[in-house]
Amino acid sequence: MAYRDNSKYADVPQETKQQLFDQVKADERYNDYLYGCYECGICVSACPSARFYDYSPRVIAQTMAREDIDRFYEILADDIWNCAQCFSCVRCPRQNNPGGLVTLIREVAVRNGLKETREVLQGYSRVIYKVMLKGNQVSPDMLRPDFFPDWGPWVKQFSDNMREWRLAIPTETMRGVTDAAWKTDAKTLRELYYIWYSTGNLDLIKEVDPGLHDLIAEVVEEELAETEWME
Amino acid sequence: MKTATVDLDQIKARKAQIFPRDPNDAPTHDMREELFELEHKGEIIVQRVPEPYVEVLTKFGRTKKIPIQKTWHHKSCGQCGHIPGYSTSIFWLHRQLGLDFIDPTDQTSCTGWNYYASATSNAVAQAAVMMRNFAAAYETGYFPTIHCGTSFGHYKEAREQLVKHQDLRDGVRRVLDKIGKPLVIPEEIVHYSEWMHALRNEFAKRQVFDLSNITACVHPACHYHKIVPEDAIYDWEIFGGQRTATVTGLIQALGATPADYSTWFDCCGFGFRHVLVQRDFTRSFAVQRKIEVMIMEANPDVVITHDTGCVTTLDKSQFSGKAHNFKVGVPVLSDAQLAALAMGAHPFRVLQLHWHSADWRPLLDKIGLDWKPYWQEFEDDLAKIRRGEKEGVTWADSDTPIRQRENVPTTV
Ligand code: SF4
Ligand code: SF4
Repeated sequence: MAYRDNSKYADVPQETKQQLFDQVKADERYNDYLYGCYECGICVSACPSARFYDYSPRVIAQTMAREDIDRFYEILADDIWNCAQCFSCVRCPRQNNPGGLVTLIREVAVRNGLKETREVLQGYSRVIYKVMLKGNQVSPDMLRPDFFPDWGPWVKQFSDNMREWRLAIPTETMRGVTDAAWKTDAKTLRELYYIWYSTGNLDLIKEVDPGLHDLIAEVVEEELAETEWME
Repeated sequence: MKTATVDLDQIKARKAQIFPRDPNDAPTHDMREELFELEHKGEIIVQRVPEPYVEVLTKFGRTKKIPIQKTWHHKSCGQCGHIPGYSTSIFWLHRQLGLDFIDPTDQTSCTGWNYYASATSNAVAQAAVMMRNFAAAYETGYFPTIHCGTSFGHYKEAREQLVKHQDLRDGVRRVLDKIGKPLVIPEEIVHYSEWMHALRNEFAKRQVFDLSNITACVHPACHYHKIVPEDAIYDWEIFGGQRTATVTGLIQALGATPADYSTWFDCCGFGFRHVLVQRDFTRSFAVQRKIEVMIMEANPDVVITHDTGCVTTLDKSQFSGKAHNFKVGVPVLSDAQLAALAMGAHPFRVLQLHWHSADWRPLLDKIGLDWKPYWQEFEDDLAKIRRGEKEGVTWADSDTPIRQRENVPTTV
């Protein structure tokens, strides 16, 4: 029996699959991450996602090495977001980095605004908003019972006492800060905005969530207008 | 049918063998040589590790320099956002030892969490974020020490890519030139737990609580020892040099017993995207592959790790495991929190234990720390803050170790 039903994405044109595959292969990191595959399965035995999902780093390494573009497209659409990016798979005796390959494939999926990718990232968009505007991923004000109901009754305690608890931290950069992990200078944030702007990261967000992009772009462009970097 | 058997003693003898390490035979080469070469060509500046430093050995036997002071603390967004006692403990330890350091506001996160979770970034952007932070540290004259396992691993990965790929360097240079920052790469990328490792005997000297009846399981953070693995610290005295020595070495120095368990190499289940939006995976993995295995095989009093994501995942995931009758219920702390606890840091003003979900009370009871008066004191702090009589808790409230305040003779 085949690992997968190869006809699942038969409607996607071969040229599209090939083009996406070529984009992954063109990444300058590709040759650092894939040297071939013994099919030994050592990566699978170390992989947390292989235990809980229908997912295999071995299949990813093999598929890329064999340049099987149909299977590649299935991986792109169905598998890559299962990876926990723990890099336990670097135990590979062939020096492959299947987790690194997943990173490259994810970047191509995002860059091309793939439907499946847009769906997967929908729930994550508030974190993208935070990281692009505040420069860090999680902030205390995200600790809310509706977002983390499975973390127990303590989450309500965190959220009810947030103001006082944060003021009761002796570290000056964190004391009283609730909407970011620590205090960051306005100048530092502008420098970060310039990085997002000039490296095409804002355009990338447009591909996965146009609404989110507009919200971020408005702040970033307004702040950058204050600088001399935009000519 | 023929069967081949190997004598059990032979297998045991083979396993006990310690492989000699020689940096000249290492499968990877020393990144610093290439850094200095690039500096020689005028492409980058290499920031030297300031003196005094401690020399330690890495996986294949290379010497790594760990700075002791004049450190610039690259904080972790997870630590500071969810478990602030992690960073506070690191800073408290510096203050106890009277070391010169900077806790900067000119810092962003490495944004690696977002990158590994969503890939909504690219190689130039990621490397530019790193280089902006490194330039900010360089401008102060202080040396960066990285609090987060992911930032540490991600920066080493980005450093390797920058050294290998001219296009990437040029891309980053264009961005940094514009904002007026130099291209600086530190001579060593140093994780705070390596600093802890270098100073573990200094902490032990100042210890006031006896940990000799405490058993601790160590979860080595994936992004500490799996991304660019050759740069992690290994000590031939600790697990025969077969796994990273940071954290375990500290536990030993403080007199507690590190207890082994079979799934030590497994990740915690964090998953970056998963811990935020697909927690069924995170919970299952953390409970079934880590906490339950530790409890069944080693029955620890505490789990110690050296990364934000790991503390959060292993700590918070236990609540729902309880509902399913899994064997859970063990506190999870960072190595910095454990050292601070042993040295008599205030459990709430410094360790900030109230942010942790798994019950830490039995651990404190077991080492003979009656936490209730300190909680009362902290509640008073909170009440004063609420009434506007106190702006917040400060270092002046927190620096003095609790045993010193009580005038109680030390127990160790
Ligand atoms: S990085 Fe991904 S593929 Fe590799 S072991 Fe971790 S979960 Fe598996
Ligand atoms: S460990 Fe490496 S060689 Fe073995 S199956 Fe996985 S990718 Fe292939």
